Amino acid sequence: MSSAKLNRWPSPRWHILVFLAPALSVYTALMVIPLALTLRQSLYNGVDGTLAFVGFENFSKLLFDPTWATSFWNALSNNLVFFVIHMALQNPIGIALAALLANPKLRLARFYRTAIFVPTILSFVVVGFVWKLILSPLWGVAPSMLKAIGLGWLFAPWLGREDSALIALSLISVWQFVGMPMILIYAALLSIPDEVLEAAECDGITGWSQFFKIKLPLILPTIGIASILTFVGNFNAFDLVYVSQGAQAGPNYSTDLLGTFLYRTFFGFQLQLGDTYMGATIASMMFLLILFGVCTYLFFVQRRLQRYQF
Amino acid sequence: MRKLSLAATCLAAAAFCSGAARAEDTTLTIESWRTDDIAIWQDKIIPAFEKTHPGITVRFSPTAPTEYNAALNAKLDAGSAGDLITCRPFDASLALYDKHQIVSLNDLPGIDDFSSVAKAAWTTDDGKTTFCVPMASVIHGFIYNADIFAELGLSEPKTNDEFFKLLEAIKTDGRYVPMALGTVDQWEAATMGYQNIGPTYWKGEDGRLALVAGKQKLTDEGWVEPYRVLKRWSDYLGDGYKAQTYPDSQNLFTLGRAAIFPAGSWEIGLFSQQAQFKLGAFPPPVASAGDTCYISDHPDIGLGLNATSKNAEAARTFLSWVASEEFATLYSNALPGFFALSKHQAKLDNELAKKFLSWRNDCQSTIRSTYAIVSRGTPNLENETWNASANVLNGVEPPETAAKRLQDGLDRWYKPAK
Repeated sequence: MSSAKLNRWPSPRWHILVFLAPALSVYTALMVIPLALTLRQSLYNGVDGTLAFVGFENFSKLLFDPTWATSFWNALSNNLVFFVIHMALQNPIGIALAALLANPKLRLARFYRTAIFVPTILSFVVVGFVWKLILSPLWGVAPSMLKAIGLGWLFAPWLGREDSALIALSLISVWQFVGMPMILIYAALLSIPDEVLEAAECDGITGWSQFFKIKLPLILPTIGIASILTFVGNFNAFDLVYVSQGAQAGPNYSTDLLGTFLYRTFFGFQLQLGDTYMGATIASMMFLLILFGVCTYLFFVQRRLQRYQF
Repeated sequence: MRKLSLAATCLAAAAFCSGAARAEDTTLTIESWRTDDIAIWQDKIIPAFEKTHPGITVRFSPTAPTEYNAALNAKLDAGSAGDLITCRPFDASLALYDKHQIVSLNDLPGIDDFSSVAKAAWTTDDGKTTFCVPMASVIHGFIYNADIFAELGLSEPKTNDEFFKLLEAIKTDGRYVPMALGTVDQWEAATMGYQNIGPTYWKGEDGRLALVAGKQKLTDEGWVEPYRVLKRWSDYLGDGYKAQTYPDSQNLFTLGRAAIFPAGSWEIGLFSQQAQFKLGAFPPPVASAGDTCYISDHPDIGLGLNATSKNAEAARTFLSWVASEEFATLYSNALPGFFALSKHQAKLDNELAKKFLSWRNDCQSTIRSTYAIVSRGTPNLENETWNASANVLNGVEPPETAAKRLQDGLDRWYKPAK
């Protein structure tokens, strides 16, 4: 009887709690609490030198008052462009590279894999600086290289022009991070069992059609993960713009992302004094946008993805 | 999260440093944005002080200029900032005083050796409390490559017409870029462009004070005209100036590829070291011959005392020394182009620095129009002026539109007593 009782009421598994505690407490102290405090801060403002609860006033200021709204919507639309360029280029190129690397006939696959992945581990500061030098109209190699192949007329001070600066920065960022989806998808491609592919070959499905009909559906969940990582990364982006265009995200705010807007507002810039309340509001908006994006993805895409178990 | 981790790092750094200091010594730490000056402080200024003040050790610990304000505010909030705080002029430091993070220095021995104009950048609006010791001001003007001028048979321009004729002559010759200035960093366009030539049109202090009082608007002729002149500059800048950074401009000039550098006197030190040619300088040209010339003589650096400093007594000793003649001479010569603000006449060795300083006798001095009072709100007039100046030079915003946008922005929050 007592043994039956034990079965029904197993002793609490304290070890789980004990082992989780360090990570959980660090995570709570460094992520959860600051996040909650930021969200709370966005509901307050300093009125005549004292802290006052203002409800959603900061948010309405951010979204509708022209002083803030112009910058906010500009930053948000730039962020969307930044994201769209990444989605349109980084992931397809990543998939293509992974498919090529996974091809057993390719020689030097390891070398390519490393070479393409290396920029990912470089610091933003290095990447921004190097590309600024490459694209410099005065000393950069880009103008002379283009001239050497007769395309000198194509060169323009891309980072200094409103219509091209954001695109140039997006491409630099794509160049830096294309290794991420590549590695993820490469791993997924390698994990496809040979039997599946052999079976496909027996059915006469080879080459491109094998990729599109067999491999692609199998790696879709990984592509989804790569996309969501891209989304979160892009909407948190800050460093590259800050390093290469400064906190004012020139020319004429054409490269201003939510991250740089947040930095200017929260910490202040040059004579602009920091406004922690509006800064917290922008940070909260970023958090909500990312949350919304991730949730949309989880509910509408992730759930419909088929997973295959081998 | 960022703020918290920053604070933690600072605390750790502070704990480490205080542990490392010798127990019998008082160690003073100076917060500054002048990373360029580390060597000068460590080799010249600090040893000179420590020699006469045994028992006090001084550490100079600068942060990158663009990050200084953010880092300093975070450190002050966290209570980990150094004993001495290098003060930005006007509102940024006033905000620190208002938050009781730096203290009044009215009773500091030596503070009376500064004129009220010199102290204005670090004094409350009512003129009663000074909270930083003025260290140095910078003067705007144009530095030129005298060798190129001699080669092309050019002479220093006095008026605008002469100035543009000169630029045209260099452009026609074709071997040199007439003027080294880029717009990608934005502040160059405003600080070396608009604030450099502007005072001539808004009549220096008269115009600036009228703007602060609300009697003039940025859409008035005196404030729009400099943008029009600035727009004409764009024909004489280097290829791809839109993506040319500030260091690019400096290199372009010191390598002898550009003839004129719209400058602040802070360039003198670097240019004297790097340029292999003779340097000359002229003040901003006037509209027509015989007009009064105006220069921007901008108080730029002050030194204040952290309210929570544990070494306040030693820090005050240091501040007093900063107000002394010894410091003025030492500093002005160690950093040619940063002109001490005290009444002591420091003897300068650098010819170019002497030339800049001589304009104080011939021209009317003023400070940068956006620095006092009118940049306290959002949108921030100084930062917007960077943007507008770069836009005008890039040709994407006409001068009148830019001026109107700035005035509209100012109107949103600034209501001067009429």
